[in-house]
Amino acid sequence: MNDVDFLLWVKGPAFSAAMVIFIAGMVLRFFEILSLGKKVNYAVPKSDPVQGGLREILRRFGTDKATFQRSLLTVIGGYVFHIGLFVVVFLLAAHIALLKSIIGFGWPNLPTPVVDAFAVITMLTLIAVLAHRLQHPVKRFLSTPSDYVVWASTFVPVLTGYMAYHHLLLAPSLMLGLHILSVEFLLVIFPFTKLTHAFTLFLARWYNGVSMGIRGVKS
Amino acid sequence: MSSLTLERGINAFKAQIDAPMASFFSSCVSCGMCAEACLFYTENPEPRFAPIYKLEPLRRVWEQEYTLIGKLKAKLGLSKPVTDAELAEWQELVYNNCSLCGRCTLICPVGNDLTYMIRKMREGMVASGHAPEGLIGASTRAVQIGSPMGVKLPALQAQVRHVEKSTGMEVPFDKVGAEYLLMLSSMEIMNYPEYLEAVAKILTNAGKTWTLSSECFEATNSGIQIGSSDIARELVSRVVNAAEKLKVKTVISPECGHAYTALRWEGPNLIGRPYTFAAKHIVEVLDELREQGLLQTEGMEEAKLTFHDPCQLVRRGGVVQQPRNLLNMVAKNFVEMSDCGTLNWCCGAGGGVSANEDAEEVKMKAFLRKKKQLDELGVDTLVTACANCRIQLEEGLEVNQMDIPVVGLTEMIAEHLVERKGGAA
Repeated sequence: MNDVDFLLWVKGPAFSAAMVIFIAGMVLRFFEILSLGKKVNYAVPKSDPVQGGLREILRRFGTDKATFQRSLLTVIGGYVFHIGLFVVVFLLAAHIALLKSIIGFGWPNLPTPVVDAFAVITMLTLIAVLAHRLQHPVKRFLSTPSDYVVWASTFVPVLTGYMAYHHLLLAPSLMLGLHILSVEFLLVIFPFTKLTHAFTLFLARWYNGVSMGIRGVKS
Repeated sequence: MSSLTLERGINAFKAQIDAPMASFFSSCVSCGMCAEACLFYTENPEPRFAPIYKLEPLRRVWEQEYTLIGKLKAKLGLSKPVTDAELAEWQELVYNNCSLCGRCTLICPVGNDLTYMIRKMREGMVASGHAPEGLIGASTRAVQIGSPMGVKLPALQAQVRHVEKSTGMEVPFDKVGAEYLLMLSSMEIMNYPEYLEAVAKILTNAGKTWTLSSECFEATNSGIQIGSSDIARELVSRVVNAAEKLKVKTVISPECGHAYTALRWEGPNLIGRPYTFAAKHIVEVLDELREQGLLQTEGMEEAKLTFHDPCQLVRRGGVVQQPRNLLNMVAKNFVEMSDCGTLNWCCGAGGGVSANEDAEEVKMKAFLRKKKQLDELGVDTLVTACANCRIQLEEGLEVNQMDIPVVGLTEMIAEHLVERKGGAA
């Protein structure tokens, strides 16, 4: 298999397979969660549970001042790499073109040099976040091998994408192939690791928020 | 409780696992922010006190039983089943080092209700025989005697006679059709009898009809704390039966945090239907009387004072503004602690910690968080609205040689009460 064959394979059958596993896996995970059900709550609500659920979905994108200060590195690191990933994944012209070919519509992109800068920031932050995880007693204690696999599977696509764009180390087409392959790896493990939080956190916040709504708790 | 086994514990875990819990476990990213939110960690920073880690056995049962990947891992021998020895080890984490205060639940960035899960995990701890002796004793006394402290009706009747003598008012028992049924906690009957006197004065003066029940006067619920729905259901049913027999409109939960959680939030679900009456915390009732103009006070406290928010009132009950409205009626120099209101720090002894002898040392460590908050303020008086918080605060202040009296909010209001014309007093 030469570079071109490899690129065609990762762009074709491998990509389709990864997407199928990703989508079917996430559907399965949501089924696994939702099919467990939830008991009826007979307590008279103090405020609207639906409003509580929606409020918590939004509110938890932010944090209160004291918590911000107490967990400074976690919060800042978390924001920066999530925003960075969002920009790199969804606002790069090449990515939008790919997504458009799959879902049929696109959206405006950021200039590639800007996205490139975000990629650098994202990689540096991911490294800082990893260092923090290794150094922080609680984070290190809670971390399982899966956490480090998840970290690597997030970092490598950004790195290979950056290297492919800048023609570093390997032939750009080979590096692009590796970039796509690394994304496929990410998609495949996504439903079976804590990467699922990207979707399930909306459910978690909803359930917690509904409970807060019933209890009339606002924060 | 002769056959408490690991198998029963695991089955109880399985019975507790629901969609919210599965969404919570699926969403955790091991960020560790729950640890920073938990006073049992901040005052005793061992990583195993991180709230999410306290749930690890339950998480594993969820993963192994209810996820495809977990089942596969179990088949391939890649995951180990939860053992009895582990649950024995976890008793310290789930009971001694958690007051179900709900702070982690509020802080978690992905939105996990960790408190909800720890409450549920305790069901499996009870079923597997890994609940603390102190809580087993309290629950047994609650079921058999009617009070976790073993307080019987004659003790209450004696207090009632004192109150009637000192106020000249009638303290009614078993009055059918009264508006309010007043529930108490044993702690109030034994340690803080001034509470009953205060409520008697306020309600009677407001022209409200109210009553005690001779069949059930205890509002606290050890079943909620130990984590046994069977016990909790039995205890809450007694309150419901008394309230329905007396046909009251409202049951007043005392100055006690978890009694409110038991009666207001868990009770209807334990009995499987809505109540025929309303359940309110005394502070909610007092604030309603204030709004209706039925609670008037005179004179102001000069002392610099602050309010300790009981967790079950603010974070788990949405009662934040009411105590402040009331305090502002009688206090000139009311100052707020840092993190006050919904994010206030626990006293360190809620959720069964105070009834658990194994937690004696830990709860005093946890108190140091409150000490820091108080040291920042330099107040003369500390006001609260939970007898359990109050006894922990008094002990903590004593141990740390801090000379700050702790006062119940209801008593403070009663001291400033203006007698109304038209009131029955």
